[in-house]
Amino acid sequence: MKKIISLIFAVILCLSLTFTLGGCNKKETAQVYFLNFKPESAKVYGEIAKAYEKEKGVKVKVVTASSGAYEQTLKSEIAKDFAPTIFQINGPVGYTAWKDYCLDLKSTTLYNILTDKALAVRDGDGVFAVPYVVEGYGIIYNGEIMEKYFSLPTKKTKISSVNEINSFDALKAVAEDMTAHKKELGIEGAFAATSLISGEDWRSHTHLANIPIHYEFKDSENAPLTVLQTAEISFKHADNYKKLFDLFLDNSTTEKGLLGTKSVADSMAEFALGKAAMVQNGSWSYSQIAEVKGNTVKADKIGFLPLFMDFDGEENQGICIGTENYLAINKKATAEQQKASLDFLAWLFTEENGKRFVSEELGFLTPFTTFSAEDAPADPLSREVVRFMNDKSKDNVPWTFTSFPGEIFKKAFGGALLEYAQGTKTFDDVIEIVKEKWKEAR
Amino acid sequence: MIKRGKGDFIIFALPTLICFTVAFIIPFVMGLYLSFTSFTTVSDATFVGLQNFISVFKSGGDFLASLKFTLLFTLVSVLTVNIFGFLLALLLTSSVRGKTFYRTVFFMPNLIGGIVLGYIWQLVLNGILKNFGVTLTTSEVYGFFGLVVLMNWQMIGYMMVIFVAGISSLPTQMLEAARVDGASYLTTLLRVILPNLKESFTICLFLTLTNAFKLFDQNLSLTGGAPSGKSSMLALNIYDTFYGSVGREGIGQAKAVIFSLIVALVAFLQFYLTRERGNKKWQKDKY
Repeated sequence: MKKIISLIFAVILCLSLTFTLGGCNKKETAQVYFLNFKPESAKVYGEIAKAYEKEKGVKVKVVTASSGAYEQTLKSEIAKDFAPTIFQINGPVGYTAWKDYCLDLKSTTLYNILTDKALAVRDGDGVFAVPYVVEGYGIIYNGEIMEKYFSLPTKKTKISSVNEINSFDALKAVAEDMTAHKKELGIEGAFAATSLISGEDWRSHTHLANIPIHYEFKDSENAPLTVLQTAEISFKHADNYKKLFDLFLDNSTTEKGLLGTKSVADSMAEFALGKAAMVQNGSWSYSQIAEVKGNTVKADKIGFLPLFMDFDGEENQGICIGTENYLAINKKATAEQQKASLDFLAWLFTEENGKRFVSEELGFLTPFTTFSAEDAPADPLSREVVRFMNDKSKDNVPWTFTSFPGEIFKKAFGGALLEYAQGTKTFDDVIEIVKEKWKEAR
Repeated sequence: MIKRGKGDFIIFALPTLICFTVAFIIPFVMGLYLSFTSFTTVSDATFVGLQNFISVFKSGGDFLASLKFTLLFTLVSVLTVNIFGFLLALLLTSSVRGKTFYRTVFFMPNLIGGIVLGYIWQLVLNGILKNFGVTLTTSEVYGFFGLVVLMNWQMIGYMMVIFVAGISSLPTQMLEAARVDGASYLTTLLRVILPNLKESFTICLFLTLTNAFKLFDQNLSLTGGAPSGKSSMLALNIYDTFYGSVGREGIGQAKAVIFSLIVALVAFLQFYLTRERGNKKWQKDKY
């Protein structure tokens, strides 16, 4: 018996040694290494890699970073021998961090097919990252519940269609009246819970904060760059931010003190199950709504409302449209790998087979000339984004938050909001923390 | 018998030595070097001298706050885990029915991964706290006691097993002698059992001390440092600094170096103190 056990151990030892040594010697045959940012698209990218290899004979390695861990993954992957040749940065801030690794893309197909060249991340004469998807966010509403409210005989507002909600006051009146009538409407609150678990609070500290910061820098030329270079902000529209944030908290499905237990998925589930009429989120979240078991939201009844915060002239304010997804090519990869990577991206965004994957499987609304209006993804929220983009009467808000300072700022802001919601901090404390951490993180 | 030569030593020790160098010595030296540099990727660093270490103590004092939180947590959890572990061991070495079954049951939490455990306890504790309109994130005090409860739940079984082994190996003659002499249970416990369990206590204290001090997964999943990082312990604070913001990797690394120095110091001190006592006892016995 003893002999058998020692034999087993010896075999295990030998095997593990072989594996560890074998791991070092394994030769990489792929030329292209794509480090994917979107976990929800991981499977599709695997299929794309297979299709590309079949068509062009070039092997593409796709690795997907887990949600919220892209920077960590990129940091460790890029130090390896076979580093990612295509990676993603989140805009101007990401560019300052990965500057040394971003190849100039000025003369590439990828940049040339961009509809609006201003969308790319530039530095001096160079173009260093190109966006590949455009997204929009605002307040998503469930049309069915809204209509039910509008036809209530006991409602206190005069508003009778979603289009009439064109200011903060109108939104506030409707939301508060909906909460007052929540029994008749069969909801638990006008808004889904504001998720404030650390790491799940980006809808508040980043997306919602985009509006006041946008208005603060509205008049400066090249706002993203100005925000990026600003060492101190006055956060002068904090009151406007507070108005909408408070409205979310006070008319929520969840008590304020318990928001520290809510994740984004929880909020989206509440919306999908019809427990709330509205939720602040973006076009990317449609799949999240649709896949909730028992989803009651009808695809043709869903739409966006702008994030009104009681600014002058906000009747024309649109939703927030922009991107946080930029592709960059690794400057430190070999010339051969760089070319192969660019060829792969060109195939993906210009050739029939690649494009089919992008519009049908990935469901991206791309900023490229090679995609026509019919190629826009079929999901209703992306269609809404297109509608807002084409509506000339609307002033869509750009994504200024891509120039916000890094995680330290966002984490502190999110933490302060949680403490404000719980009542352990005042809003003045929040303003102080925002200003202080902005300075510190710059 | 085959004669042993120097060559044998090298042949037998080499695989382990290589593993140890690759997995421990090289990363450690590299980490030490990186704490004096500014870097984004580990293979691409510029030397900045002591700058990182200065920043650790200058930037907002979050490191010192975490240190305080960690020390307090370590103190409380070392005491509670060892006391409860010992009491359980006493109970399960007495004539309770189903001893083996209970030993297994109490040991089981130790087999569950820290992250999973953190999330499970988050659900449980939030479920209870909800009735009072608060959550684990309402104040760092809730987070602190949440962590203590979690740590106890996980570690008590492990310590219990060590104590059970210690108690079972006590010479029965000694206990019988105590009984014959008419010692009460309490006297037996304090005068006979406890003094002879010194070695078990050394091991248990060492394990709980280092485990409590280095706690990370449970902290990450239970509170994530909320609210506003007030419930982050040292390891989580380092993690947040390193990955939280670009350009702070060096500071995070400097914190990590300070952290390992503290852990090494504490472990060494404890080892030294308990060993010293052991030696003295041995000397007294001899002469």
